[in-house]
Amino acid sequence: MSFADTSAPAEARAAPLPDFEAQFRAPPASGVSLTLRGVVKAFGPRTILRDIDLHIPGGQFVAIVGRSGCGKSTLLRLVGGLDQSTQGQIVFGEGEPRTAGESPVRVMFQEPRLLPWANILANVEIGLGAQRKTKLARERARETLHAIGLEERGAEWPSVLSGGQKQRVALARALVSRPRLLAFDEPLGALDALTRIEMQQFLEKIWLRDRFTALLVTHDVMEALTLADRVLMIENGSITLDLAIDLPRPRRRGSVDLALLEERILKRLLRDETNSPEYAI
Amino acid sequence: MSDTPWIVAAEIAPPVQRARRWLAPPTIGRGLLAWVVPALLLVFWQIASSVGWISDTVLPSPLKVAQAGWTVAKSGALFENVEVSFLRAMAGLVVGGAIGFAFGLANGVSKLSEHLTDSTLQMLRNIPHLSLIPLVILWFGIGEEAKLFLVALGVFFPIYLNTLHGIRTIDPQLLEMGKSYGMTNSMLFMRIILPGAMPSILVGLRFALGIMWLTLIVAETIASQSGIGYMAMQAREFLQVDLVVFSILIYALLGKLADSVARFLETQCLKWHPSFQSGPRA
Ligand SMILES: Nc1ncnc2c1ncn2[C@@H]1O[C@H](COP(=O)(O)OP(=O)(O)O)[C@@H](O)[C@H]1O
Ligand SMILES: [Mg+2]
Repeated sequence: MSFADTSAPAEARAAPLPDFEAQFRAPPASGVSLTLRGVVKAFGPRTILRDIDLHIPGGQFVAIVGRSGCGKSTLLRLVGGLDQSTQGQIVFGEGEPRTAGESPVRVMFQEPRLLPWANILANVEIGLGAQRKTKLARERARETLHAIGLEERGAEWPSVLSGGQKQRVALARALVSRPRLLAFDEPLGALDALTRIEMQQFLEKIWLRDRFTALLVTHDVMEALTLADRVLMIENGSITLDLAIDLPRPRRRGSVDLALLEERILKRLLRDETNSPEYAI
Repeated sequence: MSDTPWIVAAEIAPPVQRARRWLAPPTIGRGLLAWVVPALLLVFWQIASSVGWISDTVLPSPLKVAQAGWTVAKSGALFENVEVSFLRAMAGLVVGGAIGFAFGLANGVSKLSEHLTDSTLQMLRNIPHLSLIPLVILWFGIGEEAKLFLVALGVFFPIYLNTLHGIRTIDPQLLEMGKSYGMTNSMLFMRIILPGAMPSILVGLRFALGIMWLTLIVAETIASQSGIGYMAMQAREFLQVDLVVFSILIYALLGKLADSVARFLETQCLKWHPSFQSGPRA
């Protein structure tokens, strides 16, 4: 994998070590682009992803839908560096070798995965990696906590939070290092309907502010349509639908445009279910 | 020894402190309430002895026991023996606990280490450590080494098993999270593995403290020339039943003290754990 900073000035790229203070003071770097070339992932004899080619420009919000078990999480884990692909290349930026520094990718999981023995602020600070000890890092963690509306609760244990609040802390942890690509694996799947809509709005707000590249796996087609610039569908290990959603934001959930699109995608998902027998992989 | 339930799932191990009972006593004096029954028993015991229902050669009255205690305390023998026993217990706990902890960590973290040592240790676990007393006396005589060896061996297994269990049951999702956030191995250990295993380790410590006293009592009674157990055996020789009873009470007190320390450690180390938090859970 390689990573090139395409938007930052050339001097910053040449510097041997990232200047942490400058990094904090500077406006958030915009999203990094992501390119997959011929990516294959197999678990033993079973090929889950076959020959995926995909380019996502920096700053785009991409949603991935598909039936359960189609390999959405697998794809996300490859992008997040949690697993290695069997074949193919995953490239961040425009293909220049990656400079010193941490991965530009952060992954947010379906479960909050907060450390129960660390208070809320400390959990957010985990997102800062090695630099978490500096004073500025603490400031930044507090700032992020403020952004998610839990500033006063930094000293409390995660166990006292509700499910939605826990997931917000997990989001703060993912955001605090200003990642240039954020991958979400059904982050709102376990939340109740109302909290979920709130979180979707919140996610959109944060994305509009920071403009990272977003890769959202979801089983909720409406969620994909409300948030994403582009919806991908994975079937039988390949991307079988790549749909640009060109609607103004914020999008109204009940709007006709969204409903029509939703129907189209759902039809596709369901037809697939009725037509393809279980044994055909 | 092998049927002792040493491993207790950490989730159920902490005392259920806030269990709601239907007949909750009034808040004031709830602490005092616990002492009512022991106090009544003590009074009954005293009366039974004074009236002559219980012979002094079977069980002397509480007052006589207290007098015997006062006598040995004044002579300095009590303090000396308690100190000797206490130091023995601690030495055994530190040695056996440290080795058990080290093996638990190593086998929890490294598959190689586990394959190499775990099955051997599991086999040794089936030997009741007190059954080794004759052998230990042959090896070490009745010196300090014998007691140290037995206590260390006794506390080794609960600490080892619970440390290993604690590490094995750590949520792999948390570990994956840590790795994806760029934690190094030592950070993973300090921030996820160790705190995650802590509830189980402390359960192990509590079991170990119980076994520690038990082992020491037996060892001091059978093979010793100082300590509380020796004091009790001396008293038996001279038919000082009151002093024997007093020695038993001292053991009980020390055991209680050790348990309180373990509980205190639990409340300090596991503040984050929902069972140790006050107030309703979200
Ligand atoms: N570590 C693994 N080992 C073997 N098979 C796996 C592994 N991870 C995922 N799979 C398989 O890959 C397929 C896709 O899984 P996943 O990507 O989690 O699906 P989803 O689209 O529901 O997120 C499933 O059939 C699953 O059983
Ligand atoms: Mg999944």
